[in-house]
Amino acid sequence: MRISVQWLQEWLQIDETPEELGHRLTMAGLELDALEPAAPDFSGVRVGHVLSVEPHPDADRLRVCRVEAGEAEPLTIVCGAPNVHEGMRAPVAVVGAVLPGDFRIKRSKLRGVASEGMLCSARELGLADDAAGLMALPETLEAGQDLRAALGLDDTILEVDLTPNRADCLGMRGIARECSALLDRPLQAMDTPAVPVACDARVDVEVRDPEACPLYAARVLDGLDAKAVTPLWMTERLRRAGVRPLSAIVDVTNYVMLELGQPLHAFDAGRAGGRIVVRRGEEGESLTLLGGEQTVKLSPQDLVIAGKEAPLALAGVMGGAASAVDDATTRVILECAHFTPRALAGRARAHGMHTDASHRFERGVDPTLVPRAMERATQLLLEICGGQCGPVEQNGETPASHGESAIVLRPERVQRLLGVALDAAEIERILRALDCQVAPTGNGWSVHAPRARFDLEREEDLIEELARVHGYDALPQTLPKPVAPVSPDAGLRSLRTGLARQGFHEIISFSFVAREAAQAFYPDVEPLALANPISSDLAVMRPGLWPGLVTTAAYNQARQQSDLRLFEHGLRFVPDASGLRQEARLAGLLGGRARPEFWEGGARSLDFFDAKGVVEGLCQHVAGALAFRAERHPALHDGQSARVLADGQAIGWVGRLHPALCERFDVDPVYLFDLDAAAVVRAPVAQFAPLSPYPSIRRDLALVVAESVPAGDVLAAIDELGLELVQDVRLFDVYQGKGLNPDEKSLALGLILRAFDRTLGEQDVAGVTDAVVQHLRARFNATLRQ
Amino acid sequence: MPSLFCFGLTKAPARQRPRMRPLPCRRTWGRGGPYQSGEDVEQLQQLVAEARERVEGATDLKALDEVRVHYLGKKGALTAQLKELGKLPAEDRPAAGQKVNEAKSEVADLIEARKAALAESALADQLANERVDVTLPGRRPADGALHPITQTLERIETFFAGLGFRVAEGPEVEDDFHNFEALNIPEHHPARAMHDTFYFDAHRVLRTHTSPVQIRTMEQQQPPLRVIAPGRVYRCDSDLTHSPMFHQVEGLCMDTDITFADLRGVLSAFLQAFFDRDDLATRFRPSYFPFTEPSAEVDIQCVHCGGDGCRVCSHTGWLEVMGCGMVHPNVLGHVGIDAEQFTGFAFGLGVERMAMLRHGVNDLRLFFDNDIRFIGQFGQTG
Repeated sequence: MRISVQWLQEWLQIDETPEELGHRLTMAGLELDALEPAAPDFSGVRVGHVLSVEPHPDADRLRVCRVEAGEAEPLTIVCGAPNVHEGMRAPVAVVGAVLPGDFRIKRSKLRGVASEGMLCSARELGLADDAAGLMALPETLEAGQDLRAALGLDDTILEVDLTPNRADCLGMRGIARECSALLDRPLQAMDTPAVPVACDARVDVEVRDPEACPLYAARVLDGLDAKAVTPLWMTERLRRAGVRPLSAIVDVTNYVMLELGQPLHAFDAGRAGGRIVVRRGEEGESLTLLGGEQTVKLSPQDLVIAGKEAPLALAGVMGGAASAVDDATTRVILECAHFTPRALAGRARAHGMHTDASHRFERGVDPTLVPRAMERATQLLLEICGGQCGPVEQNGETPASHGESAIVLRPERVQRLLGVALDAAEIERILRALDCQVAPTGNGWSVHAPRARFDLEREEDLIEELARVHGYDALPQTLPKPVAPVSPDAGLRSLRTGLARQGFHEIISFSFVAREAAQAFYPDVEPLALANPISSDLAVMRPGLWPGLVTTAAYNQARQQSDLRLFEHGLRFVPDASGLRQEARLAGLLGGRARPEFWEGGARSLDFFDAKGVVEGLCQHVAGALAFRAERHPALHDGQSARVLADGQAIGWVGRLHPALCERFDVDPVYLFDLDAAAVVRAPVAQFAPLSPYPSIRRDLALVVAESVPAGDVLAAIDELGLELVQDVRLFDVYQGKGLNPDEKSLALGLILRAFDRTLGEQDVAGVTDAVVQHLRARFNATLRQ
Repeated sequence: MPSLFCFGLTKAPARQRPRMRPLPCRRTWGRGGPYQSGEDVEQLQQLVAEARERVEGATDLKALDEVRVHYLGKKGALTAQLKELGKLPAEDRPAAGQKVNEAKSEVADLIEARKAALAESALADQLANERVDVTLPGRRPADGALHPITQTLERIETFFAGLGFRVAEGPEVEDDFHNFEALNIPEHHPARAMHDTFYFDAHRVLRTHTSPVQIRTMEQQQPPLRVIAPGRVYRCDSDLTHSPMFHQVEGLCMDTDITFADLRGVLSAFLQAFFDRDDLATRFRPSYFPFTEPSAEVDIQCVHCGGDGCRVCSHTGWLEVMGCGMVHPNVLGHVGIDAEQFTGFAFGLGVERMAMLRHGVNDLRLFFDNDIRFIGQFGQTG
């Protein structure tokens, strides 16, 4: 909402500077967005009266004018504007004037003719964007008068951001009411006497949806001169409010909307016919809107104003082109109605529109404004365009609403919510200044909110008003009574920090990805699709975190960053029969060298086991035994892909990105892991286990098994034996080649043996070794390598 | 029991210099005998002089040991002299023995001294050979870093944990009831249009704020409540200053006696702690949120210009950082909490904005490009 301070002063006295006023409004919840002058700085510009216009002797397009500008003699001014004519009043910048942009007016010669100033367009004065010609001033202005004074240009516009609950401030009247409460200054009463009805022109009004339109008023105005010029004071106020003046009839409806907050519409009565029906749109109906550029398809969700048959306007949003007023209009139907917020909510938006009217109706317009706005618009139209008005046809009643029932306000509730008691007199003053009716009761007050305030429904709403007008910053600050602190989530934090210490960069990628990417990585999942994605690249909810990691890797590799360790923590979205699973995952990617480049050289490339090592580190605290099982995943290299299992339960994957996907996503080879965050984010309290005081003995065994036997199975088999003395088994070499059959491999195992009650002897060692060798022979046909 | 404070064991001597044991001096020999004649003594002295020469000529321990064996070994020249003693008359043996032993002892001392000198020089050589260029870079894993948004979230969580707020989480694909209805935003409410919602179907949306977690918490638990809900939120909007996904932290504090004054106190303290500025000015402006009443927006004194006005604060001297208010009775009604018995405050803040202000990041999109050069600027932790 753009507020002209000058206009506001018509309602109440403003002693504050615009900055002070803006600050006060901001601190009351009407946030000041910008402060701007009504006109840019210029000086030396006066009202000029063009006495004569002669052709220029040496230039076809220039004219030589004699202009009365308050000097002893009329000024000679050479002018190129096409609309200059004798008798016209236009701004004249005299010699010495400074126009916006520090443009100084000097005596000059134009094609041999001396010019003693410049006649100005609105654009040259920074008052408008179009430069169609000279700015025509009303003939009532006296020649020679300073233009700034004549037009009241020394005004400031406060641009205020209104929250959706403050529809009451979408008119100057509401703003003035607010200022009066904030500044504790009386509001000027503004009466709008009814205009006498002078003709019998009538319109039939039928409202078929009284719930959506509880009150509809219309009247016919006849004998109007649509070409009448809108008075300058009105066009100036419209301009300062950011509304473009168009024609007198439209200007008046806009002006009354800005003044009171009530949108109105004028139909050309000749084209609209003599009947108005407020009804729902019907399938198949369409309406071409004002301006003729947009045609909307109507549905029963739309409320329309129709004539005998065809829709004339989208109710509360915009009028139709067919019944629009134009220069030839002499009879109008003036509509002033109340549409409920519920009926209009979302309708303009549904058609891709947003208008001054829809903005107001959606938020709520004071229904008691209908008769007042009707009279005000009638009065202004007749003043400007002449003519007579017929009687007001009113259909429906001012709807009952929240304002009808009293709100109980208790002082102890005020204190309980705000943490401080407010003075009873101050409470009453604030509520009355906001136009509430306040009646003291035994313990507190009974309050009726004004009809304009759709947001005042209950006690808390009133308490907010009290706090707001009193000033939030004038209220105390305290701390709630202390309670024991809680410890932040240590498990996830330590995993993240641990990864960062291993050189991982944490990324945060979008939770939505391209459908193609989702399907490339997770062909078995039908991803959850957004109904209104922002682009096809962000169309479905990710079934896993790998697409984001791989895309990020490609992004970084394209920027010469090839040694990558990335991880992300976040939800994956997997629709299944039971609904949608939203599960937290911890996933990562490794690519490039195993170690940072070092001056010793010899940096090897990462491989599967670097990724697996990271996973093993992350899985330190999983419940039960951790295992890896060779298993295919559609996104992973067939031969380098493993399920991660904890206690036999699948908790994730680790493997190398499938070469086909590497190529598709334009990424160098990378390794990926993906873990169920809930399974790994555990921080059990460490429990002490006793240490043996006796030395350990290591016995190395080289066992030959078939190449197809997974090493992990061999280790697990030793574990299964449950040999008490075996403290650890280290797989320290895997050999294939000379001395073995091609389908064999040798696993070198170091058994670390230790007892808690004695130093082990050779017999103990032989016992354990034999047991292990025998068991492995039985399980895997393993033999000791000779 | 070994002492826990066993400092002496921390470092063993790196290399002990080998020491030569002095030869045992057998006192069984008697006085007189050979080596009392000038010729014998001369021969012994010559042997010692020769040994001295050879000891000094030994350039390494091996050569030195050969010298030792030659003179002092079982078949060594001086050892042989001792063996000769038996041929002497008994009364001469002690004196002669003493002479020979003196000679042996002298040679042994020479060898010992030479050995020490050689060891010292060997150590000096070793030290010289093992010198490294200490200015070469050290060997360590590459630097990693937590995402600045995570670090900011952790900072926020840590502050509120100290005030007894635990972290609560909720789904990101949220139902209409929790994201809107229960928060007093019925269908067609103008606030819905302001939310630019991503939706899936008539009833499911991507949560537009973390406020639904407030509802889920209150559905499960009666006050007293202190929770914060950090997480991802989504709006169908993307340009220079809007990302379709960003992060919020929602907070809720509810008890029988929580007031608007508490809200101001807690949030002012939080903002001062977050920006490490005890004197950071904050101001609370009335605002509108359907789920709080009274509602406020919180501004801080511009951390860029200190309140003088600059481009960052649009020359107002203030930066809007949070929304907050007292939980609306309608919201309490939706979750079955008695609004007469309990009062509470709620707040929500944009994490990216807080991170941008704290770290001077000037482009929102950097957070989601995930360029490791960007993330790496934010150190390893906290």
